[in-house]
Amino acid sequence: MLDTKINIAGVTFKNPVMTASGTFGSGMEYAEFVDLNCLGAVVTKGVANVPWEGNATPRVQETYGGMLNAIGLQNPGIDVFIERDIPFLRQYDTRIIVNVCGRSVSDYVEVVEKLADQPVDMLEINVSCPNVKHGGIAFGQDPKCLFDITKEIKAKAKQPIIMKLSPNVTDITEMAKAAEAAGSDAISLINTITGMKIDIHKRTFALANKTGGLSGPAIKPVAVRMVYQAANTVKIPIIGMGGIANAEDAIEFMLAGATGVAVGAMNFVNPYTTTEVVKGIEDYMQQYDIQKLSDIIGTVR
Amino acid sequence: MEQKKKESARVYKQQQIAPGIYDMWINTTLAKQAKPGQFISVYTQDKSALLPRPISICETDTTNDRLRIVYRVAGKGTAEFSKYDIGHHVDILGTLGNGFPLEKAEGKRLFLMGGGIGIPPMLALAKAVKNAVAVDVIVGYRDKELFLAEDLAKYAPVHVATEDGSVGTKGNVMNVIEAEDLKADIIFACGPMPMLRAIKKYAAEKGIEAYISLEERMACGVGACLGCVVKTREVDHHSHVNNARICTDGPVYAAEEVEI
Repeated sequence: MLDTKINIAGVTFKNPVMTASGTFGSGMEYAEFVDLNCLGAVVTKGVANVPWEGNATPRVQETYGGMLNAIGLQNPGIDVFIERDIPFLRQYDTRIIVNVCGRSVSDYVEVVEKLADQPVDMLEINVSCPNVKHGGIAFGQDPKCLFDITKEIKAKAKQPIIMKLSPNVTDITEMAKAAEAAGSDAISLINTITGMKIDIHKRTFALANKTGGLSGPAIKPVAVRMVYQAANTVKIPIIGMGGIANAEDAIEFMLAGATGVAVGAMNFVNPYTTTEVVKGIEDYMQQYDIQKLSDIIGTVR
Repeated sequence: MEQKKKESARVYKQQQIAPGIYDMWINTTLAKQAKPGQFISVYTQDKSALLPRPISICETDTTNDRLRIVYRVAGKGTAEFSKYDIGHHVDILGTLGNGFPLEKAEGKRLFLMGGGIGIPPMLALAKAVKNAVAVDVIVGYRDKELFLAEDLAKYAPVHVATEDGSVGTKGNVMNVIEAEDLKADIIFACGPMPMLRAIKKYAAEKGIEAYISLEERMACGVGACLGCVVKTREVDHHSHVNNARICTDGPVYAAEEVEI
């Protein structure tokens, strides 16, 4: 019997495969394609204290081996989310990680407090969205700001928290250390890399927001490198993401030091990616006679 | 029961029917569930071009499980599709979107209005409309390359506008309505945004219903990524803001409900 279980901050996951926030809604749309019971966790799209309209369109553009998005964290607000999305996900035997966004510390805290009595397993705090003007990434690009907001949220949160880190920093290890020092139970990385595309025919920006977040296979080497650096700096578990398209990619992240792995943009390319990664990891374990998947975490030094 | 799925279809035949406009029939199990106004997402085999291309369904042959798309080569994805020969694999996701509300045309005079590469879904509509008292197809082209006009003419009178005036009324679909003094109680339309805006205004002035099919840059095509939204007059039931997802809640909307 292959043991694919992993543990993050005392929460056990049947396997390390998760969805990257913002690429999977709350699972409803993809439940038509994949059996959510097969996933380690569903990480939901960022939710704020009140509904957010998001940015103007175009919000997405294809790039070489990836895509840019500038959705702007459109979301229905925490009250609708609690009433609709959590009960939907509770029908499945999978862990629920709620991604929380905000424009100010009090926004984040309000959401975290409303989730306190909810049947969710962990909270992922989005301090790294590059597409909103206020808040968001401002908290995630300065170690001191990250430390302060992590501490505030940790004090209020009933569930273990995961600070989601931005790659748009000079030194990812400084950010990982700040999150750990402030009491974050885990970290996830990487969020998207800020990018830009110009339409040469219309001579304008391809995205209405001008800049967007780059995701997809194009960013995977950057993500693997940052996961490796973070894993060699902090002791808290890491959820790795950035261009994972198949089990080989997921294994690469785990060898670099990730405990969990998340599939993001590739859900758009192949809606069955998550469950194919789960299956492919089992195949890899069989191929190399690995009994316990967690044994491989961070073994490439 | 309609179910979305991704499958590997095969090209049954393909030909160029106007400069840059391709007509592809594919064998797919999705043909039976397709509704006029729905679309499929078509994937490239070029791994550098990851996102699927949303393409409207032109018509279906349900007896033989075939589906027809007519598309314009607009970039590297559609350029790749245009080179597929008979038997070539083509990965598709579908069927997507809501489709036109055919039942609303019952007992009414109907305009089917298509502009440019918005014309193809008018063929599926022209074939499917059963209970309208009159149907007029009004289509706008750039020039004398009247792709699909003959197919459309099998089902309803076709009124043509061309930008260069080489065939029919010089100008656009709105000029045809005026020039030929055509009248309707309801409009189903697909085409470029200026045309849809003009139809929305016209319908409001005449006090008639209009259903318009929108397009926008998409990623997932299934309502998860929130990439392809349109501003709505009312708060949307799903998003709880004034944005609706074109891929899922649309692409067809009552013109009065969307801010375009």
